[in-house]
Amino acid sequence: MIARLTDGLPPRALALLAAFAAVMAAAPFFASDYVLSVLIISLYFAFVGQAWNLMLGFAGQLSLGHALFVGIGAYTSAALFTHFGVSPWVGVVAAVALSTLMGCVIGYLGFRFSIRGVYFALLTIAFAEFTGIMVDNNAWLGGSAGLFLPVKNAGSIDLLNLRGPPVLFYYMILILTGAALLLCRLLLNSKLGLYWQAIRDDQEAAEAAGVPLFRYKMIAVAISSALTGVAGVWYAFYYNNLFPESTFATGRSIELILGTVVGGVGTLFGPILGALILTPLGELLTELTSGLQIDGIKTFFWGFCVVAIVLFRPSGVWPWLAGLLKLDRSTGGDGR
Amino acid sequence: MPVELYLNVAVSGLLTGLIYGLSALGLSVIFGVIRIVNFAHGEIMVMGMFATLVLFRHLGIDPLYCIPIVAAALFAFGYLLQDLVVRRIVHLPDYMQFLLMAAIAVMIVSLCLMIFGPDAQGVQVAYAYDSFQIGPLLVDKVRIYAGIAALVVSGLLFAFFRYTDTGKAIRACGDNQVGALVVGLNVRHLFALTFGIGTACLGAAGAILVLLIDVHPYLGPSYTLLAFIIVIIGGLGSLPGALLGGLLIGVSEALAGLVFQPSMKSAVSFGLLILVLLLRPQGLLGKEVR
Repeated sequence: MIARLTDGLPPRALALLAAFAAVMAAAPFFASDYVLSVLIISLYFAFVGQAWNLMLGFAGQLSLGHALFVGIGAYTSAALFTHFGVSPWVGVVAAVALSTLMGCVIGYLGFRFSIRGVYFALLTIAFAEFTGIMVDNNAWLGGSAGLFLPVKNAGSIDLLNLRGPPVLFYYMILILTGAALLLCRLLLNSKLGLYWQAIRDDQEAAEAAGVPLFRYKMIAVAISSALTGVAGVWYAFYYNNLFPESTFATGRSIELILGTVVGGVGTLFGPILGALILTPLGELLTELTSGLQIDGIKTFFWGFCVVAIVLFRPSGVWPWLAGLLKLDRSTGGDGR
Repeated sequence: MPVELYLNVAVSGLLTGLIYGLSALGLSVIFGVIRIVNFAHGEIMVMGMFATLVLFRHLGIDPLYCIPIVAAALFAFGYLLQDLVVRRIVHLPDYMQFLLMAAIAVMIVSLCLMIFGPDAQGVQVAYAYDSFQIGPLLVDKVRIYAGIAALVVSGLLFAFFRYTDTGKAIRACGDNQVGALVVGLNVRHLFALTFGIGTACLGAAGAILVLLIDVHPYLGPSYTLLAFIIVIIGGLGSLPGALLGGLLIGVSEALAGLVFQPSMKSAVSFGLLILVLLLRPQGLLGKEVR
């Protein structure tokens, strides 16, 4: 398995990746609380972006409703925890099961009725918004007033109930992001990944060549929604409060994918790079203009970045950076 | 009394539906000709609403008279957007187009937020609380005016596409782009014109809608979705379908707000959308497009 992971990677890429991982792992020892919080959000976007990328970048299925899976994961684990005291380690199983189920329902409807392209994207949006409204009207889940997780003394670490300081959540999301990167690399270089890419590049040709479209698209949606559900659990326990309006909104789904678009859709390292570019830049901008009291400048800048990327470098920043670092031929990121 | 109540609500839903229809026409025109799905639809309409608000507040112009001004301004915006930005990405995969439009939408929301702040603001016209008594029905004057205005603008749009040479040329571009190029039509200009017409519809719809609801920057996304629902129910690219869809959604939303709770009314629309996508993806009046 190790051989399969590193196969075809130039030693240079491995070294860079190892150095990057080491810097990230050591970050809490020298970063301030503020920098750490920015890194935490960046990694969260990187992880969800990776999960979303698996669906669009690998298998060619555009979802604009991924906030749905975050929301299901978050609400499931948070409701189990607040109402029954169920540990998030158990809750995550239920959360992943539910979000995968939801992903499969959407996938089944979409692919069985051959809803494609923009129609499929709209189906995902419709499900996300619909679920948001349902949660909004559900008193057990807190309704529009929100669901709050009980906060204990933030100084001590309660690993069983995932209560602790930000650094705990930093390492968790770092591990998750790393694991997702490895998983995606494995998947992309497997037969499954090749089938996905065939479907992405030319669905008719793939079908003619005997790729069972329905099955492989379903697998992509299932894995993507499962991973995103995990992100939801992390999200709930990190933020400790959930509001249906902001959790399931389409704007949130868009926000989740901006980093990946900037980094490079369909690349392995793009989601991580994009999130690490966009989030800190946005925070920096907010910080610089905080005296002016202007809301919205961060998101305006994010939108601008994406427009610029789509217009001038539609394949994303990572392929270009990989070229600069001379990692072109099957790089530490790009598996193509 | 209950029957009259339902009738009253249905009529006011119908009038709102006319505005929805007009706004959805803007989406449908752009998709039908340029094949671009305008994910910034609602946000552009919100721009129109804010423009009307400014005209009303600072110059005291009645929103109904703002319609041509705002429509002209948004026409220019749409023309430039197509010619400077959207035109450059038609060769990219579909999802890149969606992402571009979605990013433009994010920029518009943020810009409105920066300029106008997050609070809901409305216009207060002198006739805001007047109403007409028609038989057993009691209908707000504002809503009647709004519905008529939307109907007039929609009528103008239909007439434009049916009777003017430019309108016919645009339809030709939509039907067969290569053919249009071959017979010497200036497709680049016509596409920009189409986008401008689409956004002008939104400007008109926005100016009218300000009469009925308060505007805030986050209003955009929900109207984008609403327009999509309407257009998909009616048939993406079909103009009569967009109007029909608007009326359907207007009435069903109003009735759902009455029968269930007001907060549930958009759930009904999303439910309708999912049903239509599954059972008749080309929409009620749409042709098969793939």
